[in-house]
Amino acid sequence: MQYALIIREAAEDFANRSDPAYRDGWVAYSKALAQAGIMTGGAGLTAPETGTIVRRKGEDHDVQDGPYPEGKEQLGGFYLIEVPNMDTALEWATRVPISDRGSVEVRPRLQM
Amino acid sequence: MPPDAGRAAEQVARQSYGKLIAFLAARSRDVPAAEDALSEALASALRVWPERGVPDKPEAWLLVAARRNLMQAARHRTVAANAQTTITVAFEEAEERMNEAGKAVFPDERLKLLFACTHPAIDSSVHTALMLQTVLGIEAKTIARAFVVSPEAMSQRLVRAKVKIRDAGIPFAIPPRSALPERLAAVLSAIYAAYGLGWDGLDGEEERHSLAGEAIWLGRALLAVLPDEPEAIGLLSLMLHCEARRSARRDRNGRYVPLDEQDTAAWNVIMIAEADALLRKAGAFDRFGPFQCHAAIQSVHATRRVSGMTDWPALTTLYAALVKIKHTLGARVAEAAVIGRALSATAGLERLNRLDPRDAAAYQPYWAVRAFLLARAGDDAAAVDAYMTAIGLSDSPAVRDFLADRLKEVRQATPR
Repeated sequence: MQYALIIREAAEDFANRSDPAYRDGWVAYSKALAQAGIMTGGAGLTAPETGTIVRRKGEDHDVQDGPYPEGKEQLGGFYLIEVPNMDTALEWATRVPISDRGSVEVRPRLQM
Repeated sequence: MPPDAGRAAEQVARQSYGKLIAFLAARSRDVPAAEDALSEALASALRVWPERGVPDKPEAWLLVAARRNLMQAARHRTVAANAQTTITVAFEEAEERMNEAGKAVFPDERLKLLFACTHPAIDSSVHTALMLQTVLGIEAKTIARAFVVSPEAMSQRLVRAKVKIRDAGIPFAIPPRSALPERLAAVLSAIYAAYGLGWDGLDGEEERHSLAGEAIWLGRALLAVLPDEPEAIGLLSLMLHCEARRSARRDRNGRYVPLDEQDTAAWNVIMIAEADALLRKAGAFDRFGPFQCHAAIQSVHATRRVSGMTDWPALTTLYAALVKIKHTLGARVAEAAVIGRALSATAGLERLNRLDPRDAAAYQPYWAVRAFLLARAGDDAAAVDAYMTAIGLSDSPAVRDFLADRLKEVRQATPR
């Protein structure tokens, strides 16, 4: 089964990305996933301020600066992993080096 | 509501939950029905006790109330007549036993429940969770957190297991002597796993601490009924040895401290003494087993408090014995770590290289030991690599920080 580990981070976490200790944790985690041979995709994303949002308004499109105002946590990136079941996916989720402010959502990939 | 009544109800529920469930379900084997009846009884206690005061024997009060609920439920359901009879007979028997005991105390059937929860017909992956819930009355939510599964998934697993106990006719009994060793092993493993849940994570300390305490309590309860089982004695010794060091596992700043760097003054001397006495007692039976071996290993570590040094050769011998009894990845990695200290880092690494890389790929202790030994052997580049993997596999921020510090040391030592 493929699962997405969806990482949400707080503004402080995004600011913290320049801190080598915080960054090293993520490098190490990505390395461990690759080494276990279960990473099938994923990407880290830049801070939400750098985003631009396109919305459909009938026939038109409305373009706005990011981020979405709601919520303290913003999407920071995601991993796609191939593991036997949800329990294993959750085990990997506990290893994600988020801070106390962040979260990891584990969601099965849509089968098409 | 006066806080007293609420607290009293909660206290009785905590202390007597498993005892009451075991007693109520002993004959019908219907754990879910017993749980429903007891939770209703607890609800009425919360209503009635504040008004009329807490009864003299709150446990007996709950039992009577739960029993009434169970009878009513049985009557309401259109159960087959013979099932009704079974229930009635069970109560009569139970009452008789209570009267025999004379002091309105009822027999402790928890151990039977413990054996039912760890029956081979039930998937061994739910043994510990089932035991925690039915015997100790720990909430499914808390158990789910300890096992890192969703509360819903955990509830479903527990319900399935309980239905199986009822429908598959799993006996509520202490197995006959001939079957005891194997069945006891499952009980001991479940208790040790519960202790491990309370030990592993350094985070969420309070909740985990209480889980460890419950496991020790179960270990003691088991000994009270089966005093002549050396492995049961060994398990209690093992848990007490680990528990004795709980407060030394972190320094003043909350950072992780590995066993051989812990301040022995912070170890609990009384617990260590009890653990060692138990280990000697177990040894007298001359029936060695994995838990006694584990306990002996911890006892060697504990000796550092007196001798000031760790006896690595003694540990090597014990780990060799352990690997022979239990050929697990954990034991083999630990053996390699000990050989790495007793002989040389290279000898330890050579041991690690014998393991199947596929098994070891996502096993955090393997990478932590490997990194440590590589650094000792002077292979800094490979050590950096292994530390990174170990950090990536850690699920505890405290352990991650500890490994990051070690990594920094290796990097600083490496001329660039």
